[in-house]
Amino acid sequence: MPANTDMAWCPGCGNFPILNIIKMALSELDIPPEEVVMCSGIGQAAKTPQYLRVHYFNGLHGRALPPAIAIKNSNPSLTVIAESGDGDTYGEGGNHFLHTIRRNPNITNIVHNNMVYGLTKGQASPTSEKGMKTPVQVDGVVLEPFNPVATAITLGATFVGRVFSGDILQAKEIVKQAILHKGYALVDVFQPCIVFNKQNTYQWFKENTYYLDETHEKGNRSKALDIAFNMEKMALGVIYQAAEKPSYETLVRAGAEPLYKTPLDTGALSQLIEGYSK
Amino acid sequence: MKRFSGDISLVLGGAAGQGVQTVEALLVQVLKREGYNVFASKEYMSRIRGGSNSTEIRITDTKRRAFVKRIDLLFAMDKGVIPHLKDRISERTLVFGEKEKVGTLANHEIYDVPFTRFANELGNPIFTSTVAVGIALGVLGADLEAFETYLREHFERKGEEIVKKNIEAAQKGYTFGKHLAYDEGIEVHIKREKKVSEELLMEGSEALGLGTLAGGCNYISSYPMSPGTVLLNYLAAHGKPFGVVVDQAEDEIAAINQGLGAGYAGARAVVTTSGGGFSLMTEGVSLAGMIETPIVIHIGQRPGPATGLPTRTEQGDLNLALYAGHGEFPRVILAPGTHQETFSLARHAFYLADKYQIPVFILMDQYLIDSIVSFPKDDLTVKLVEHFIVETKEDYRRYEITKDGISPRGIPGHGTGLVCVDSDEHDESAHITESASVRLLMHEKRLRKSIGITDEALLPTEIGNLKDAETLIVAWGSNRGVLEEALELSGNTAVAGLHFHQVYPLPEKAKKSFKGKKIVVLENNASGQFANVLRLEYGIKVTESILKYDGDPFSVEEVVEKIKALV
Repeated sequence: MPANTDMAWCPGCGNFPILNIIKMALSELDIPPEEVVMCSGIGQAAKTPQYLRVHYFNGLHGRALPPAIAIKNSNPSLTVIAESGDGDTYGEGGNHFLHTIRRNPNITNIVHNNMVYGLTKGQASPTSEKGMKTPVQVDGVVLEPFNPVATAITLGATFVGRVFSGDILQAKEIVKQAILHKGYALVDVFQPCIVFNKQNTYQWFKENTYYLDETHEKGNRSKALDIAFNMEKMALGVIYQAAEKPSYETLVRAGAEPLYKTPLDTGALSQLIEGYSK
Repeated sequence: MKRFSGDISLVLGGAAGQGVQTVEALLVQVLKREGYNVFASKEYMSRIRGGSNSTEIRITDTKRRAFVKRIDLLFAMDKGVIPHLKDRISERTLVFGEKEKVGTLANHEIYDVPFTRFANELGNPIFTSTVAVGIALGVLGADLEAFETYLREHFERKGEEIVKKNIEAAQKGYTFGKHLAYDEGIEVHIKREKKVSEELLMEGSEALGLGTLAGGCNYISSYPMSPGTVLLNYLAAHGKPFGVVVDQAEDEIAAINQGLGAGYAGARAVVTTSGGGFSLMTEGVSLAGMIETPIVIHIGQRPGPATGLPTRTEQGDLNLALYAGHGEFPRVILAPGTHQETFSLARHAFYLADKYQIPVFILMDQYLIDSIVSFPKDDLTVKLVEHFIVETKEDYRRYEITKDGISPRGIPGHGTGLVCVDSDEHDESAHITESASVRLLMHEKRLRKSIGITDEALLPTEIGNLKDAETLIVAWGSNRGVLEEALELSGNTAVAGLHFHQVYPLPEKAKKSFKGKKIVVLENNASGQFANVLRLEYGIKVTESILKYDGDPFSVEEVVEKIKALV
């Protein structure tokens, strides 16, 4: 990033450590920038690719995942990361979230989860806690919060992790594992919004989360679901990781040649046309 | 009088699931093999079983590609057919059907033809379609040989017994049809030509599929919606040898956003839908305009608003394609009038989208998509695909300001540069900006592409003698065939036609064709959408409009009547 880059984030924003987490993960994994494509939607989190030296597709609100799937299908050799916020991924893009998990493309999905809408100034997000008062939810949020971790496990995701942006070292390790994992990998990142979310602060996240230790059986789906459903004390780490299964780009196409390199087989087309003269 | 010569309209009617479409497919195929010119179009209800559907097969001395209201021979498979088609049945119409199934028609004879009885005699009602085709061929005085060959080819893999039974069914029907024609004095005289038997025979949807492949398409993500689904089906069935990735999206929003992701990564992507599905895609059209990523959008039009008439036809979505997407950016809208044009325009759409990095629309409709016709093989040419991508260098900037507005398009992973695109206003390297001066440069760069696009706009097709005509009838898209035939039949040299297969932007050069003429626009909608485009693009005032919006295509007869009324 050039030194004169004008960062659009508020000083002290939880996005800064996430940016560092991704930089460190990519550099430690030694993935060259020209092999990484980041897809994002809209919102403060979605601006992350702007501040990285990678290819990026910064598309529309809620739509980070559809282009990510298509880019991976079109050129499977690229490392594709879709990154956006909780509103973008779980609200506006909810349907894509569900069906991307079902497809299982070999991409990493990093979701900045600060439980509030930042760029539109403080409304509830799908993950806001019940009772949180906002300029729209004036009497407090009445909806049940969306549970991305449980949803992803239920839909058959083979890698589901949750980290806290306040712990860069642990978060970076899990993001690395997610990138290396073959198949769709979700990393939900707890992150405070210091301007609009006075409820879920650095302190709150510290008090309401715990680290999974080595005794956690991350391949045990029902145990992982029990952990995912516990919203009182929320686990950090790889909550669920199952045996890899064939990823989407290996199922919908043959080989891994980038599509821009495949010329039209004029002979096959002429033959196909000829068939209509029968 | 039961003599038909030169131009016959044979209509098959029945409930959904009764095999009307099977009979149609068999009959057009066999007639083409025997050297007859055929054109078939169909209408059907939005249901899987029951209701009343029909298909019209025209068999003609000269090539036709239009629907006629008139029915010469009607084959009715069930009781719903006669009430459903009563407005098209005249004294001259010969009606064939099983007496106990089709009911009666006042003052009209119905020839009792035992479709199912013959099939049951052969042990299975499944032979009904084969019997029906046999009877039709017998009545028409066609040969049976081509049908037998077809049945042999078609059922070979199902075993000799099935082949034998089908041929038996065909013969039984054929003999019956021949005798019936002889006994009743039915005579049909239609020219047969050897060269027709060698022609290509296909549906509009197949021409679209082939043209899409010819354009180098290798990515489709779409959500099923009639009548747009045909392209998704076609590429799923035939795209594999061409490396086409086929994705059934969770919704149309995902479909177009996937299409753009694929285009960004260097694929040639298409999405297919109908008006309702396209409404959901409009945010993606705007994104294509901003990130300057090619996308081809096929809209199979059907009558709206909302769910409208799901299986009927209309040209009601020109405005939608023209204005879809917020903000200002260039686009092209193509609307083929024939099967050959469908093929060449589908290919052309990918060329334009790639060259100018814009959204390009192909507007079809149910009528053209579902119609079947034959044409010479040479009408479809296959050539190598021209690509417009560059290998990037380290200092690559995706949105470099250029004179013609086209920034060289790099692909991630192809070269050493980084390829970045952003839906926010951005600078040359795709970083978000709110600088007014950069905004001006970028917006003008994008809009500048319109100059090249308009220079390349396709010229309309002249029908008849434009020079001497006082009145010019303008049509677009699927109405080419009906206008050609109606003008020919009306024989009035004071009236000529002009057919646009590129409907936006319009070529500057064609403007002079309108000078000093009375202008009438023929289109399948209620508000005269193309008439508005003519005014917008050429500043032309349209004198009169011939409009139709009941869900059916124009018939030759009604256009002939309208032309008479004009003069």
